[in-house]
Amino acid sequence: MSEDTAAVTRIETPIYLKYNFTAGSAPARFLARIREGVLTGQRCPRCANVYIPPRGSCPACGVATEEEVVLPDKGTVQSFTVVAIPIPNNPIKPPFVIANLVLDGANLSFIHLMSECENSEVRIGQRVQAVWKPSSEWTHAMDNIRYFKSIDEPDVPIEKIGKLPLSGWEG
Amino acid sequence: MKDIAIVAFSQSDCLARAGAANEVELIMPQLRAVFSQVGLNNAQDVDFVCSGSCDYLQGAAFAFVAGVDALGAVPPIKESHVEMDAAWALYESILKIRMGQADSALIYGFGKSSSGELPIVLSQQLDPYYLAPLWVDTVSLAAMQARMLLEKELITERAMAQVVARARMHGRNNPHAQLGGEVSVDELLAAPTFVSPLRESDCAPVADGAAAMIICTPDKAREWGVPYALISGIDHRIETHNLGMRDLTDSVSTRLAAQTAGVSRGPVEVAEVYAPFSHQEIILGRALGLGDETVINPSGGVMVGNLMMASGLSRLGEVFRRIVSGEVSRGVAHATSGPCLQHNLVAVLESA
Repeated sequence: MSEDTAAVTRIETPIYLKYNFTAGSAPARFLARIREGVLTGQRCPRCANVYIPPRGSCPACGVATEEEVVLPDKGTVQSFTVVAIPIPNNPIKPPFVIANLVLDGANLSFIHLMSECENSEVRIGQRVQAVWKPSSEWTHAMDNIRYFKSIDEPDVPIEKIGKLPLSGWEG
Repeated sequence: MKDIAIVAFSQSDCLARAGAANEVELIMPQLRAVFSQVGLNNAQDVDFVCSGSCDYLQGAAFAFVAGVDALGAVPPIKESHVEMDAAWALYESILKIRMGQADSALIYGFGKSSSGELPIVLSQQLDPYYLAPLWVDTVSLAAMQARMLLEKELITERAMAQVVARARMHGRNNPHAQLGGEVSVDELLAAPTFVSPLRESDCAPVADGAAAMIICTPDKAREWGVPYALISGIDHRIETHNLGMRDLTDSVSTRLAAQTAGVSRGPVEVAEVYAPFSHQEIILGRALGLGDETVINPSGGVMVGNLMMASGLSRLGEVFRRIVSGEVSRGVAHATSGPCLQHNLVAVLESA
């Protein structure tokens, strides 16, 4: 290379690939029901754990989860964080609360937003309920639920989180 | 050197489209099948697990991690993955057993190629500076290879069509095949070329699906009380990514791997070779030194159904099934990866 040839420090080779992505048969059943405002988990035939949203298998046992279980929209905070900084491309203005929630009758948590609560008072074991969008806006998506709000029920002790029956928490 | 026993194998149907199924849903039925062949519960009952897949195929980042949901990995298991055909996951598992770190292993491969445009997706495995930006697809590269063979008079279009006709004939007896049936060489040759000189029939159909296998030490196989076949030799060799540097009319890597795997140390009754294009089966037959006494691709091979990332493993599985059923006592299995047979694995399987 002659001395006056500029070093190539960068080339751009963009990759565009088009896919018809499918979520899976079990997630498709879940998404079809959430379109109607119904939350469905799936039960493991071996260990009886209920998973929501389902992926089609029990990751603990490695078996298919065929049985569907309709779950209530009430649950418990398993963990949470208060986000104080803006996250790129996230339209939600900070501070806001992201929480790991377990629905009554389910054994695995999922992540959603919390609102209608004092951020400083959010705590593990707190009882919450879904606040849904108007049904005219429902699609095949988890954001049919706008967020979960705090409800006036006694806290769930840590050892009972993720182990509540479908009937909920009596305190 | 420790002998390796294959004790179980299962493969899904080759489907042009697996519908809504995700990776876990593709894998699970095959895992259930191999576990039940041996009498195991889940991956807790083997010492090591290794899978082969490529996230580019279905366009899902870390799909191979999601696949772990099919295993029963609670409590945690020893698990590994290769971004390759599962035949190389088998190779890694064999090393693990030979090093004394495991007595048994579960291997699986899966792919959902129908989500994307496979020939274009595979263009991204090429050299990133010169070739990948040109989007050179795998069918075009294979067509150039076929052209060289034809021009040098190393093959004829009729010989290519004979490969296809035989594969389809064998495919009639393969319950998992996507294509199969009687078709004459003349009928095949009457069809127009697709990417010349290749006709559509010269190219393996794209299929979604999965395959799984369980291997172990012979002691473990006897403890489990299941029939098994032995892998008496295995090797794999890779050629340069620079296509211009390679002799595309030969498969030097297959030839070398066949020597070290010991292919010629005994009669080869069957050979299952992974040839996604008809002319490549002819190249591979020559590189493996196969003669008229060998039945090539009794399953129909990938010309009747190509499960990307699982077809290589399935080649071993097909030979295993024929040995355990008593149909044959010695056979060869071959797997390939990369454009124009760049990387090749050869294994010799024998009855115990």
